Amino acid sequence: MSRFNPELLPASFVPFASSSAFTKKERTLIPEKEKSENVVYLHSIPSLFDELKITDGMTLSFHHHLRNGDYVFNMVMEEIKRRNLKNIHLAPSAIFPNNQGLSELIENSNVTNITTNYLNGPVAETIGQGKMQGLLIMDTHGGRARAIESGDLKIDVAILSTPAVDHLGNGNGIEGPSACGSLGYAISDLKYAKKVVLVTDYVIDSLKRVDFPNEYVDYVVKLDKIGDPKGIVSGTTKITKDPIGLKIARNTVKLLDELGFIKEGLSMQTGAGGTSLAVAQYVKEKMQEKQIKGSFASGGITGYIVDMLKEGLFEKLYDVQCFDLQAVKSIKTNPSHIPMSASVYANPFDPKVIVDKLDFVILGATEIDTNFNVNVTTDSKGLIIGGSGGHSDTAFGAKVTIITSSLIKSRLPIIKDKVTIITTPGEDVDILVTERGIAINPKRTDLLQKLTNSKLKIVPIEKLLETSHKITGEPNRIELKNKVIGLVRYRDGAIIDLLYQYK
Amino acid sequence: MRRSLLFIPGNNPAMLQNADCFESDAVIIDLEDAVHVNEKDNARNLVHCYLESLTEVPMEIVIRINAPDTPYYEDDLEQVVSEKIDAIMLPKASPASCFLIDQVLTIIENDKKMNKKIGIIPIIETATGVLQMGEIAKMPRINGILLGAEDLSVDMEVERTKKGTEIWYPRAKLAYTCKALKIDAIDTPFTDTSDNEGLKEDALKAKELGLNAKAAIHPNQIDIINQVFSPSEKQIIWAKRILKATEEAQAKNLGVFSLDGKMVDKPIIERAQKIIKMAQKYRLD
Repeated sequence: MSRFNPELLPASFVPFASSSAFTKKERTLIPEKEKSENVVYLHSIPSLFDELKITDGMTLSFHHHLRNGDYVFNMVMEEIKRRNLKNIHLAPSAIFPNNQGLSELIENSNVTNITTNYLNGPVAETIGQGKMQGLLIMDTHGGRARAIESGDLKIDVAILSTPAVDHLGNGNGIEGPSACGSLGYAISDLKYAKKVVLVTDYVIDSLKRVDFPNEYVDYVVKLDKIGDPKGIVSGTTKITKDPIGLKIARNTVKLLDELGFIKEGLSMQTGAGGTSLAVAQYVKEKMQEKQIKGSFASGGITGYIVDMLKEGLFEKLYDVQCFDLQAVKSIKTNPSHIPMSASVYANPFDPKVIVDKLDFVILGATEIDTNFNVNVTTDSKGLIIGGSGGHSDTAFGAKVTIITSSLIKSRLPIIKDKVTIITTPGEDVDILVTERGIAINPKRTDLLQKLTNSKLKIVPIEKLLETSHKITGEPNRIELKNKVIGLVRYRDGAIIDLLYQYK
Repeated sequence: MRRSLLFIPGNNPAMLQNADCFESDAVIIDLEDAVHVNEKDNARNLVHCYLESLTEVPMEIVIRINAPDTPYYEDDLEQVVSEKIDAIMLPKASPASCFLIDQVLTIIENDKKMNKKIGIIPIIETATGVLQMGEIAKMPRINGILLGAEDLSVDMEVERTKKGTEIWYPRAKLAYTCKALKIDAIDTPFTDTSDNEGLKEDALKAKELGLNAKAAIHPNQIDIINQVFSPSEKQIIWAKRILKATEEAQAKNLGVFSLDGKMVDKPIIERAQKIIKMAQKYRLD
């Protein structure tokens, strides 16, 4: 497990034992926030700071549904800087490149700790350079919901961008100029933060649907604009045209079919990357050919998955975040396209958890090792470029977890003896599909047995590692500095790995 | 018995590196049209290094050299001919150019003490070439002929269309010529890489005329071409039944027998054998 020495962990943290260790624990729930009597309407971020007396050391949370088009997070950062507040703990569900202004606040110790599920861009670089005084804690999507409801992540003020709000203080994500669809990542913040603020640019008399009930809401801040719709959609939601990606996708679906997963009632999740979408496309063709209907698809939802719902290939979609405007439109109008909270999506302790009902999930990797541990948190140089998001959650829950990746990326082999950082433990990763062969985790003897007579090229992962080294040579191991800059927190709250400053 | 042959530019390292992943029955590494005159040396070196690095590949390797009326073909052959390749593709072929390349290959093979005899795949891409097709096909080392419809249309001064009426005659002639000599009849590439339906239709037209393979200019075309030129599941089942019934008939010393009310004789059995051989080769059985 990279350089992880559990003995170095602060006493309040528990080292990772196994992905199913949580099943022996009870769910911990702090009381939900006090119901608010009246919702107070404000018209600026500074007035919000005055009203709530936001001060040094507080924890502020945000959601990332407006993604790279979000203005609210940046406006709050500006205000922290203007007031020169210190030691702020930020807990956004993700940080994007457009939040680059945060770097300066980190360097000036305005912000000293961050808890998030995903980050990339300039802020990731600043933290990677060891410039943050405190720690970065990286949760999974389900793990963040667990951390909030259990009190591991105590939020003073949840500042939630809300595309539409009514005069009673209810909010939703489907109306207004900044409509982004599902607001699933914010539901735990809404229920458990000490104070909840909806920030909107669209106030109307009544909403078509309520995602944020006003009983949880203390303040509404009405601004001119909360986001840029162009940045709200993910930029990567197109099927790949790369022949290698398409081959991987084709073989993934052939494999799923041979394993018997393309069947009536199937449930699945794929990402929004080009190869994942190609998998969805080939699954769709196979389902049409077999004339079958799936039960549901889940996760971040794209237009391709919406098309499958419209064509009657799924009964339902469970949507924690919309990846494009087609998905936003669908969740607004189609009752079978159902928003879900991050807790229902992936919290290991949530009794309704969706990930446990998945037949298969298609995931990516920046690195995978011969024990099938996966890194999606850093690149091979140790620079933070992402994070689990729902990776570990779905890998645990789905009956079969498939990693699709080309064997070599930017001249570097994707398979390592040991990954730089473990995001998702190998015990939950079953299959790696590459262009030069498919490796099955030897622990899944059931899958290996089913594939005994497969026409697909099934090879040990060590063989794929050898093949990639023949092409690229064996890369040098990356040396990281000794300074721990963060923790990778598994969904149950245990620490699965440490993040180090990169050289 | 090739089905698909994929052109890969000889000066594109990323494509070369992945050449074994595209699932074509052969790759044609191009030193001719895809490579600018200023890049010829680099491309040759790159292809040479690529071939040197190869250990085991699942497909045939064909090199399209520059035509013998250019100053490049001798260097091409000198640098790339080795045990690692299977055939030379010869542009604007004529009986004379085929003869010339055969002679040069013989010298290189002897010099390099090669055990392998390199094949030649001529490209028919002139009106004269079409008329000389029968003669070209009988030259030494020829194991397939590619129709080059783009250049042929220019030579014929006709418009190249997706419908393909303008190449009906050369396609048909190619099919008969190659069938008679038991070599591969390889159809011209379909140049619209975004039109999968058009590609399938075009490949089916070639197949109906008797061609057994098609060249591709993009890896994403391979899957469709392989599907079109492979025996179908239904054909494989039929062929297996025929061969099983043949075994049973032979045990009873029957020369001709019937299956499902239809007479089965030698041509039918041979067709079934071919289907099974192809199915086995491409792991379709």
